[in-house]
Amino acid sequence: MTGPRMTGADSPPSLTVSRLAYAYPDGTQALFGVDLTIRRGERVALLGPNGAGKTTLVMHLNGILTAGHGTVEVAGLPVRKDTLLEIRRRVGLVFQDPDDQLFMPTVRDDVAFGPANLGLRGDELDRRVCDALTRVGMLDAIDRPPHHLSFGQRRRVAVATVLAMEPEILVLDEPSSNLDPASRRELADILKSLDVTVLMVTHDLPYALELCERSLILSGGVIAADGATHSLLADAGLLAAHRLELPYGFAVPALQE
Amino acid sequence: MSAGHHHQLYRAGDTPVHRLPPQCKLVAVAAFAVAVVATPRERFWAFGVYALLLAAVAVAARVPAGFILRRMVIEVPFVLFAVAIPIIGTGERAEVLGMSLSVPGMWAAWNILAKASLGVVASILLAATTEPRMMLLGAERLRLPRLLVQIAAFMLRYMDVILDQMRRMRIARESRAFVARDIRQAPVLARSAGALFIRSYERGERVHLAMLSRGYAGEMPAIRDLSASGRDWGMAVILPCLAAATAVLAWSIA
Repeated sequence: MTGPRMTGADSPPSLTVSRLAYAYPDGTQALFGVDLTIRRGERVALLGPNGAGKTTLVMHLNGILTAGHGTVEVAGLPVRKDTLLEIRRRVGLVFQDPDDQLFMPTVRDDVAFGPANLGLRGDELDRRVCDALTRVGMLDAIDRPPHHLSFGQRRRVAVATVLAMEPEILVLDEPSSNLDPASRRELADILKSLDVTVLMVTHDLPYALELCERSLILSGGVIAADGATHSLLADAGLLAAHRLELPYGFAVPALQE
Repeated sequence: MSAGHHHQLYRAGDTPVHRLPPQCKLVAVAAFAVAVVATPRERFWAFGVYALLLAAVAVAARVPAGFILRRMVIEVPFVLFAVAIPIIGTGERAEVLGMSLSVPGMWAAWNILAKASLGVVASILLAATTEPRMMLLGAERLRLPRLLVQIAAFMLRYMDVILDQMRRMRIARESRAFVARDIRQAPVLARSAGALFIRSYERGERVHLAMLSRGYAGEMPAIRDLSASGRDWGMAVILPCLAAATAVLAWSIA
């Protein structure tokens, strides 16, 4: 098994997207040439207003949509029909609604689903399941049915279901949506503790600032800005141009360096 | 799903009946039902024996009689049908309690009632001692088409989610002063049902995407080993064997 956490100066970036364009079958063009690179171990936020093409981009990262034009590479491996299984092992997608993600009768079965599809069985499978649940602090719920958990707990289990596949990159779609402040902070602590590349799709700007050093702004189907989260959020003109807004009363804290 | 408040059919326990692998219990109940149905309706004693056999299983599984009787309410539509047959039936008639009833109709009613009740009680015992999830795993072991088992498993998982959605839609309707009084409100309810269908369909698509994202390739991985030993099967076949012996006896004794 290739460990995602091995680091090397010459290892390829976790994610490389180049000149990616996509139009839906009805002709609506969603992406107009997206270029981005995420290095191993980075935590990056993908910001953008509703309808900017964020979800469409995410769907390309593990081959659910295939590129109309351009390429997507995960740790050097291009997303193609014949590489799909390996790509899906490398890209852990956490969906916005945990009820979509948790479809098995118990938490244990659900977390085991991904690694079992990769061919793991027996003790090795059990170890993966327990390990992933421990990392999100949900080991106690292992034998409970997902629908008996609170929303925040379900989202943490959803993160565990992809961690169990030991992905190269974790992609989270609106991770903070519908969470109460305590669950939101707990999830942030968990994400910070993970030793894995993270791409976080969100329009929760303070959350992006808290978790990600770097941000990308996707607007109108292209990457409109790429830089330190702190400086992007401090640029009021840039935010306004792309329908992004800081919450009322929020000021970007000064850099502590 | 474990003994949650959602699945009142299942009674958690740790009796020999609970411990039997689900596939053994499924086969036992099906074979028992076949034996019951194959018994000639004139042999009243045979049905008594079947009832005693089920009572013995209920005792072994520690399922109280009251629990079984309450669950038997599901049979009521069949009972109503059975009661109607002697009244509307044709042929030779007899006076019972001042009513003229059809004799073949009474035989038919007895036949339906006795056999249906025994089948229902056997199924209630199966459901009371087997978690729904295990039942599906057992069905899969018995080589039931995997697709059907998967569909049933998803139904089990999402029933609560969809019921909850339905409840929220009802509350939203009622919050805007909607009261379903008569047939004129039917279009509103029909549209709600349509919206629920579309939402469930879309959720199905999203769940499928989530499954693909985790390497699903058309088959659920067999995570748990559910093999049954010879001893398990030996225990499970006691009930259908005794029932089959009774059925054979009922045929051979004139």
